[in-house]
Amino acid sequence: MSLIDVKNLKVEFETADGIVSAVNNVNFSMDEGKILAIVGESGSGKSQTVFGMTGLLDHNGSATGSVKFEGEEILNLSNQKLNQIRAEKIAMIFQDPMTSLNPYVRVSKQMTEVLIHHQGVSKSDALKQSISMLDAVRIPDASNRIRMYPHEFSGGMRQRVMIAMSLLCRPKLLIADEPTTALDVTVQAQIMKLLADLQKDFGMSIILITHDLGVVAGSSDDMLVMYGGEIMEIGKTENIYASPTHPYTQGLMSAVPRLDDSEERLVTIPGNPPNMMKAPEGCPFAPRCKYSIDKCNSESPILVKASNDDHFRACHVSKEKIL
Amino acid sequence: MIVANKGKIKTMAENLSESGAGRSLWKDARMRFIQNKAATISLFILLSIVLFSFIGPYFAVWSYEQIDWNAMGSAARVGMPSIESGHYFGTDDLGRDLYSRVIQGTQISLMVGVLGATVAVIVGTLYGATSGYLGGKTDQIMMRIVDILMSIPYMFVLILLLVVFGRSIGMLFIGIGLLSWLDMSRIVRGQTLNLKNKEFIEAARVTGVSDFKIITRHIVPNLLGIVAVYATLLVPGIILAESFISFLGLGVQEPSTSWGALIKEGAGTISYDTEWQLLFPLAFFVVSLFCFYFIGDGLRDALDPKER
Amino acid sequence: MNNQPILEVKNLKVNFDVSSEGDMPWTKAKKLQAVNDISFSLNAGETLGVVGESGCGKSTLARAIVKMVPAEAGEVIWLGNDLLGLSHSETRPYRKQIQMIFQDPLASLNPRMNIGEIIAEPLRTHYPKTPEADVQARVIDVMNKVGLLDNLMNRYPHEFSGGQCQRIGIARALILKPKLIICDEPVSALDVSIQAQVVNLLMDLQEEMELALIFIAHDLSVVKHISTKIMVLYLGNMVELAKSDDIYKSPSHPYTQALISAVPIPDPNVEKNKDLILIEGDLPSPINPPSGCVFRTRCQKAQEVCALEKPEFKGIAQDHSVACHFHD
Repeated sequence: MSLIDVKNLKVEFETADGIVSAVNNVNFSMDEGKILAIVGESGSGKSQTVFGMTGLLDHNGSATGSVKFEGEEILNLSNQKLNQIRAEKIAMIFQDPMTSLNPYVRVSKQMTEVLIHHQGVSKSDALKQSISMLDAVRIPDASNRIRMYPHEFSGGMRQRVMIAMSLLCRPKLLIADEPTTALDVTVQAQIMKLLADLQKDFGMSIILITHDLGVVAGSSDDMLVMYGGEIMEIGKTENIYASPTHPYTQGLMSAVPRLDDSEERLVTIPGNPPNMMKAPEGCPFAPRCKYSIDKCNSESPILVKASNDDHFRACHVSKEKIL
Repeated sequence: MIVANKGKIKTMAENLSESGAGRSLWKDARMRFIQNKAATISLFILLSIVLFSFIGPYFAVWSYEQIDWNAMGSAARVGMPSIESGHYFGTDDLGRDLYSRVIQGTQISLMVGVLGATVAVIVGTLYGATSGYLGGKTDQIMMRIVDILMSIPYMFVLILLLVVFGRSIGMLFIGIGLLSWLDMSRIVRGQTLNLKNKEFIEAARVTGVSDFKIITRHIVPNLLGIVAVYATLLVPGIILAESFISFLGLGVQEPSTSWGALIKEGAGTISYDTEWQLLFPLAFFVVSLFCFYFIGDGLRDALDPKER
Repeated sequence: MNNQPILEVKNLKVNFDVSSEGDMPWTKAKKLQAVNDISFSLNAGETLGVVGESGCGKSTLARAIVKMVPAEAGEVIWLGNDLLGLSHSETRPYRKQIQMIFQDPLASLNPRMNIGEIIAEPLRTHYPKTPEADVQARVIDVMNKVGLLDNLMNRYPHEFSGGQCQRIGIARALILKPKLIICDEPVSALDVSIQAQVVNLLMDLQEEMELALIFIAHDLSVVKHISTKIMVLYLGNMVELAKSDDIYKSPSHPYTQALISAVPIPDPNVEKNKDLILIEGDLPSPINPPSGCVFRTRCQKAQEVCALEKPEFKGIAQDHSVACHFHD
C-alpha cells in the first residue's frame, strides 16, 4: 500500500476577479521511505497541491478529489482531525522559518508545547526529548541554545530548529516547502545532507518542493514536474534526468546553467509563466511549446506511460518526436 | 452620480489596457473604491449634504438670523417643524429658523473641517517629507519639535488663545491649524523613510537624479495615497474639535453658527419638548462624520498596495 | 582599443557604525567591517562575477563603487579618475557611464510612472534639452533592444511579469549607452526559464555594445556562465580571484572549494558520487571578525599561523590570486 495516494486533486480559489484554478487534475502516489521532489516554477501549483492535501489552503480556497494517507481519506477532514494528523503523521516545514516560529516565545516553550499537547508527556520529559532532537539536527550546545529566542539563531540554524520541531512526534511524512531557497548554498548543502541522514535514521518519507533542479538531482528518488497547475512528467529522478520525455522538462533542463558545463548560450523557453486567472484549455504549456500541435490547445493531455512502469508523461506529441 | 456597475467598469478597464493606455494604480484604486458599497454610498450622501448647503438657502423662507416673533419664547408650542410656517426644521428658542441655521452650521463646520485639513495636509506633508528624506540630525531636530508641540495640551491652549484674542473664525483656524498638521507630518515622515530605501529610489540616485526631483517625482506621488486617506480622516477630527469648542461656547460668534453651537443650544433645551432643536443638527453632524470615516476606510482599502 | 582597465578598485574599505542593544547613548559605536581591502581591475567588455554568501559584502561593494555608501579608504579609479576623491556634483557626469540593475525587478521601478517615463528618466536627467521626439525614439530603440514591444510604453510596472520588469530595468540602464553596468543579483528573483532569457540578453548586449559587467550573485552556476573572471568574497574580504574556468577546475582556497562542492549540479549521477565538503559552524560576527584569516574558524586546514597572521592576497598562477597560507 502506498503511503500517499492522490487522485484527481483540484484546487480553486475564489477571488474578486473570478475563480483561479491553481491545481488541476493531479494524480500521483508515493511509497514509504522515499523522497519525492515536486518541481515547478512560480504559478506551477506545487505549493498549493500540498496545501490542498493537508487542509492548509486560504479561506477562499477549496480542494476536491481524493487524498489517501495510509489508505485513509484525509482530504477535507474536519480541522480537529487534521490537526491530529498534521503533527503526528504529516509534518511540514516552510521556506521562511522566521514566519513559522513565534518571535516572542522561547524555542524551548515552542517545542515542548508540541509534545505536551500531542503526546501528553510531562514538561521535563518534553524538554529532554526536545533537547535530544536539537542534538539530532546538529545544533551545537543544544541544552543552552534551546532557551534562546528564534531571532537569536542564524537562518540555517532556524531551519534546523524547524526541522527538529517537525520531527518531535516522529511523523511518517515530512513535507518541505522550499526549505533551502532562502539559505546560502553552503548552508543548503548542510540542510539537505541533514534531511537525507534524518530520513534514514527516522525512516521518514519526504515530499520536497523546490524549483532548484540541482537540489532535486542530489536529494530525491522520484520527481514530479508541474506546470500551470498540472503534472507534466512523473517518474524516477535518474530516468527523467537521463532522458526527459516532456517538452517542458526538456526545456527546463536546458535552461539551467551547470557549473561543470561550459556551453556558450543557455537554451531558453520563450514566453512567460501562465496567467492562472484564465484556466487553460488544453495543455497549459502549449503556448510556449515548440512541439505543440492543434490538439494541444483544445484537449488537456492525461498521464500516459513514458517508458518503464513508473515513468509517466502528459503530452499529446509522441515521445520519439521530442527526444 | 456614482452608480456602481461592475460589469461595465470591468469592460471599460479591459478596453483601456488593450488600447495601450496602461492601467495606472490610480485607476485600479478608483475601481476598487467604487466596488466598496459603504464608501460609495457615503460619498454620495456627503456630496448630497454639500449640495444641500449650497442649494438649501434658495428654499428657505426665513434667513438664519431673522427672528420669528410668534415663536419666540414659545418654541415648544409654536416652533415645531412644519411646511406651512416655513420653518421646515422648526425654530430655536429665540424664534430663529432652524432650517437656515442648520444650513449655516453645515457650511461653517464643513468649511472649517476641509480648509483646516487642507492646511494640515500641505504643511504636514512638506515638513514630514523633507524631514524624512534629509534624515540625520535635521530629521532628529525636526521631529523633536513635533514631539514638543504634540505634548502641549491642545484644548487648553486653544481655549486660552480664544479667550485672550477673542472669538473669531480666524482664531479658530489658527488654533486648530497650529496643531493638526503634527500627526500628518509624522505619518508622512514614516512613509518617506519607508520609500527612501526602496530600490527605485536607489536607481534614481545612481542615475544622478537631483534630490529635489527625487522628492517631487518619486516620493511625493507615492505618498499621496496615504495622505489622501489620513486627510479624509482628519476632517472629522477637526470638525469634532471645532464642535467641542463651540459646545463650550467659545466657537463661532453669533449670529453665525456651527453644528457644535447648534447642538449645544439643542441639548440645553431638551427637557422642554423641543427635540427637533437637537435632532436636526445632531443628525447632520453624525451622518457627515460617519460618511467621512467610511470614505476614509474605503480609500485605505482601495489604495492598499497589497493588491498587485 | 587599448588594454587599459576601465575600472580599477584599490584597497577599498567600507565600515558601518553599529550600536548593540543595551548600549548607552554615549557609548562609542562599534565598527562593522563590511568591505575590507578589496582590489581588482576590469577591462572593457569583461564581466567580473562577485560571489559570496550572506554578509560577504558584495552588495556593499557595488554600492561603494557608485558612491551610494561612503567608503572609509581606498580608490575607485574610473577611466583614470578617482571617483572617491570627487565631490557630489563632480561625480554626476560619470553616472552616465556607470549604471546599475537591481535584485527585485518590480521594486526598482516607480509604481506611479509608466515604463516609457521610467526608461526616459536618465536621458531627461542628463540631457534635459533633448527634444521630445528624440527622447521617444531613443526609448523605443532601447525597448526593442531588450525585447519589449513599442506599444507597451504607456503601461505601468505592476502590469508586467518579473522577467519583463527586469528587462525594463535593463532598458533604463542602457539608454545612456554606459560603459559599465553593475548587476546586483539581477536574476535571483526570477524563475529558471526566465533567468536564462535575461542572462542571454545581458550577454548579447555585452557583445553588441562592448559593455563591462560586474555581476553579483549567490548562484555560482549562473555567475560562472556569464563571467570572464570571478572574485570570491568572505566576510568582506577577498578570498580568491581567477578566471571562471579556473575557479571551477582548480579552486585553491578552502572556502572556494567548499562553495564549489556545495553547488548542486542538475545530474543525479554527479550528485550521488560527489565529494561534499561541508563547512560547519556559523558565520562569525563582522563586528568582531576573527584575528588573522577571517575564515579560520570554519576551515579544515586552519593552523596556529592562521590566527596570528592575515594571509596576503597574492598571485599563484596566471590571473589567479588567493589569500591563504595553505592554498592548493
